[in-house]
Amino acid sequence: MSVRTLAPGRKAALFILIAAGALLALGAIDAFAQSPFGAPKGAPPPAPPDGIAGWLIQKQAEFYRMLNGTIRSAKTDGSAVWLLMGISFAYGIFHAAGPGHGKAVISSYLVANDETWKRGVVLSFASAFVQALVAIAVVGIAAALLNATARTMNNAVWWIEVTSYTLIALMGARLVWVKGLAFWQEWQLLRAPKTLGAAATVAHALERREHALERREHAHHDHHHHHDHGHHHHDHAHGHDHHHGHGHEHHHANPAHGESGHVHDEHCGHSHGPTPDQLAGPGGWKRGLVAIFAVGLRPCSGAILVLVFALAQGIFWAGVAATLVMGLGTAITVAAIATLTVSATALAARIAATRTGYGSLALRGIEVGAAAVVLLFGVALLAGYMASERMIGL
Amino acid sequence: MFAAIKLGTRMIRIFSFVLAALALFSAGAQAHPHVWVTMKSDVVYADGVPTGVRHAWTFDDMFSTFATQGLAAKEKGKFTREELAPLAEVNVTSLKDFDYFTIARLNGKKADLKAPVEYYLEFADGLLTLHFTLPFEAPAKAQSVDFEMYDPTYFVDFSFAEKEPARLTGAPADCKLAVLKPGEEGSPAKPKAQPGEAFFNNPDASSNFGAKFANKIQVRCP
Repeated sequence: MSVRTLAPGRKAALFILIAAGALLALGAIDAFAQSPFGAPKGAPPPAPPDGIAGWLIQKQAEFYRMLNGTIRSAKTDGSAVWLLMGISFAYGIFHAAGPGHGKAVISSYLVANDETWKRGVVLSFASAFVQALVAIAVVGIAAALLNATARTMNNAVWWIEVTSYTLIALMGARLVWVKGLAFWQEWQLLRAPKTLGAAATVAHALERREHALERREHAHHDHHHHHDHGHHHHDHAHGHDHHHGHGHEHHHANPAHGESGHVHDEHCGHSHGPTPDQLAGPGGWKRGLVAIFAVGLRPCSGAILVLVFALAQGIFWAGVAATLVMGLGTAITVAAIATLTVSATALAARIAATRTGYGSLALRGIEVGAAAVVLLFGVALLAGYMASERMIGL
Repeated sequence: MFAAIKLGTRMIRIFSFVLAALALFSAGAQAHPHVWVTMKSDVVYADGVPTGVRHAWTFDDMFSTFATQGLAAKEKGKFTREELAPLAEVNVTSLKDFDYFTIARLNGKKADLKAPVEYYLEFADGLLTLHFTLPFEAPAKAQSVDFEMYDPTYFVDFSFAEKEPARLTGAPADCKLAVLKPGEEGSPAKPKAQPGEAFFNNPDASSNFGAKFANKIQVRCP
């Protein structure tokens, strides 16, 4: 039913939107900060100067500028430490709305995996915490213990960044593969009835529902092989026994049929528009861990500067505290953005759940788009980083 | 059917929203400066011909501390010009990729700058100052000499020093110097600048983000 009400133009629109999602990542290309004096890299893409963006920059800069003075006074005045914490927190909140691929990658990752907002929040906090710890470790080990130069620290950060970006790219590649496959299967499934003509469509819809029920049953058996979603489109007589359904011929060759058990699972029983909880089941934490490190590894330039400055003032601990509080602020902003993104996707999922067919295809499309964003961010960051490699040393 | 189309439209609208939200995070990713530079710049003339600009850029204390971290010094916390020489070398080399954050114009036309000469770093009161001179590729007599200093990516925040932000060195006596801070570009000529100089606002000036923060030096000779 739904198939025929979707005009070709709408399909085209859908694909344009998916393409738009992929294009988003291209924006990341602008984000390669070069570092003029060999300073730690930031990620400043050119953007419209006014409005919210301009205000955010102004606030960040204001808070950042207050940090050094406060660190100085914290040296002699204990109460200034509280002020330092307050400013660091505010800076963290505004800074997270600022540069960095972290938010984009986390949000895209959440959308691609159809994660719950709760996991999004946990992920945001965990990666912000990792980020703070990395900055503290870099400055603590390199500068405080070894009295290394800024150049050495930059080199350390360089390796950390490469690792981080590689992880993002790999994570994105895996997501694109998995989600792309799911999208392809859905697409094949939806395209099939159309080729049979209008008359067969209604019958098919009913048939498909039947199949879905059967398949659900099917899933309880030990048939890990091919309970193909496509069998409704080649055989109206349905003489074959579904409990031994692997015996019949398949129309389309699935590229990874039988290997991609996880993809298959999502489609078993045709529960279109799965609720986030369904997919964010146990075992997902391992995936989450990769995301936490991929995003969190790269330390924030501001934090490194603050730590080195605090170290020079002889109050490294104040820098450490400031960095942790900064991370807390960052986490709050990222978590808010992640929640917003996940909620929007969940809303889309609910609407899609009321329809079969293209609704869930659209969802798969969103996932593929988000996965592509993760991949392109990783690749683009890596490529951009390599290009500016010579800039890093002081 | 109409209901379905309506639903589809809604789907797409939500889809767009999700993408827009994602776009916000990447496109909205916006830097704030991590390095602050206080500038003093001299426009240098020889025999009545502008030959280049001599910059003295003082970095903020956080960056100065970072840059000198772990550097060997005979006296703790103090660095001589010689001790800082390798760092100065790296700085000017790195700056090349950013065209020294300086755009020069002779008679309103963009003029190429050569690699820095006479460069060195100074350390005083915990602050690093980078001195360097950018010579014109092709010095020529000009009625107007313009410099714009800014970082298009706004990683570095440039601002003029309060005292003596710019000077003329060896310029003909009737040449006049004006210094424009960011945000002053659009305003009518400053009291000290010459009025009605519409051509001052070069139409080809890049209109990117950092340009909004451009600091300008204008020299006008009859």
